[in-house]
Amino acid sequence: MSIIADPVTGENLGIREARQPSSKVAYFGEDEPLRLDAGRTLSPFHIAYETYGELNAAKSNAIYVCHALTGDQYAASRSPVTGKEGWWSTLIGPGKPIDTNRFFVVCSNVIGSCMGSTGPATIDLSTGLPYALDLPVLTIPDMVRAQAMLIDRLGIDQLFAVIGGSMGGMQCLQWTVAYPGRVFAALPIATGARHSSQNIAFHEVGRQAVMADPDWRGGHYLQYGTRPHKGLAVARMAAHVTYLSEAALHRKFGRNLQDREKLGFGFEADFQIESYLRHQGMTFVDRFDANAYLYLTRAMDYFDIAAEHGGRLAEAFRGARTRFCLVSFSSDWLFPTSESRSIVHALNANAASVSFVEIETDRGHDAFLLEEPEFFGAVQGFVSSAAKARGLQP
Amino acid sequence: MSATAAPVPTTAEVAQTPERRDDLALIADLVAEGSRVIDIGCGDGSLMSLLESRRGVDARGIELSQPGVNECVRRGLSVIQGDADRDLVHYPDGAFDYAILSQTIQATENPKLVLAELLRIGRRVVVSFPNFGHWSVRFSLFFKGRMPVTRNLSYAWYDTPNIHFCTIRDFVELTREVGAEVESAIALNAAGERMGMRMPWWFWNLFGQQAVFVLKR
Repeated sequence: MSIIADPVTGENLGIREARQPSSKVAYFGEDEPLRLDAGRTLSPFHIAYETYGELNAAKSNAIYVCHALTGDQYAASRSPVTGKEGWWSTLIGPGKPIDTNRFFVVCSNVIGSCMGSTGPATIDLSTGLPYALDLPVLTIPDMVRAQAMLIDRLGIDQLFAVIGGSMGGMQCLQWTVAYPGRVFAALPIATGARHSSQNIAFHEVGRQAVMADPDWRGGHYLQYGTRPHKGLAVARMAAHVTYLSEAALHRKFGRNLQDREKLGFGFEADFQIESYLRHQGMTFVDRFDANAYLYLTRAMDYFDIAAEHGGRLAEAFRGARTRFCLVSFSSDWLFPTSESRSIVHALNANAASVSFVEIETDRGHDAFLLEEPEFFGAVQGFVSSAAKARGLQP
Repeated sequence: MSATAAPVPTTAEVAQTPERRDDLALIADLVAEGSRVIDIGCGDGSLMSLLESRRGVDARGIELSQPGVNECVRRGLSVIQGDADRDLVHYPDGAFDYAILSQTIQATENPKLVLAELLRIGRRVVVSFPNFGHWSVRFSLFFKGRMPVTRNLSYAWYDTPNIHFCTIRDFVELTREVGAEVESAIALNAAGERMGMRMPWWFWNLFGQQAVFVLKR
């Protein structure tokens, strides 16, 4: 197995980034605890983040970009672990749909994750050991509360926009509900106001795979110097299938065989799709912490905006003043268009300003991370018209 | 409403006919400065753009076709992909100053219900439609025995999104049925010019190629 390691010390880069991130970090001490939905507080804690572009004098051009489940703060810059371009570097940058010549982009690593914000791999100062499962279970509202503390720290009163896909889209929606006056525009992409039972089911499969790995050791693997690579790789493989579509899989792989002329009559990776999934699983375990995967999937599972408002989604958006644009992808079966549509209806019931577009594509849920011209056109159109309405200079 | 939808011509395509632009300019003149407007079947957003630039209105749109919605969002307009027959129910009473149904009523499944919903969500309702009572339509049916295909009714009978044509007289009757008051009405002749206000209904019905009505509850 190819573990990404420091060439000099041989130290695992993922674990090092979890504890000493290369990005900026905001520390919150005992006097600034984070209130959690689980009824506890987290203190001290820290948030790792990156910024792109410049904050203007009026502090009115800030865009908060929220990452998806296994994303990080390196939205438009090279990842220090994989060395790859930022996950949204096609969308964010000078002259791009989210133009860093005009906007100040903030992207943080969510709490509970493993790229430098407080998460299960962080050392618990009271024990000197990694938190592991002693970290309280976190929710999407907890993540957003931490993000609000970060923008307070940055001196930003109102965000021009909050943008995110999938789990990032959930945070985006949560921002508008929890801080309606602090978000001028919101762009939730390929997301839902709740996690469906089918999605919870897939997450449970993933978590059980991690926990079934003997190297998981009840969550204390870092302490024992083991890592549940096999379990996490299986979790990733299962999840990865849900990010794609039947049509795209068929187009890309069909039933093509991998490096062989005929079936092997064994359990090696005969088919290209098997080899592809194994590769996805293997590269994922190199960069991601297994316990963080448990915490973040749980946070998504718990998400249900309507539940906090008597089961009525329209109530959650009562008096919404944010300008919304929702985007879904026609072949996304993880967050199908109907999920976005129900949010649109709830916003309509409040006569809120809302746009909604379903992008026709066969690339499934993952489409929000790929170059889709129609999608980019929608983002650019919405962001620039919102900027005009906000009085931001072109 | 997705990939499986029948390949009917979209309202975005309808919007490209020159006749359509006549009624757009007319509607823009009817709408008060700075008001809140919803345009049902907004196509590629031509009317909304016109309303925003010329009248400074806060415009929203609903459009069934994906190319239409994509174009609107790209232009920075507030538009959702949806269906007049099903989605109006989600809007609260009196949410808009004007609800506009421009060249769309003939394409709805249930025009009476849509009109009633519009009167609920808009304080005023503007409806424009091609007049099926125009002499050229009557001529075509009477002398040629064929369903009319004119510049305003540009689809063959077997290939049209328009399922509920009406004449100006029919529409006036419908406004009575839903209890709407006709605040003003304008008919446009074949050249897209406004016809004399003092003309009787029968004259409009025969020579008006398009009609624009402003209704209130």
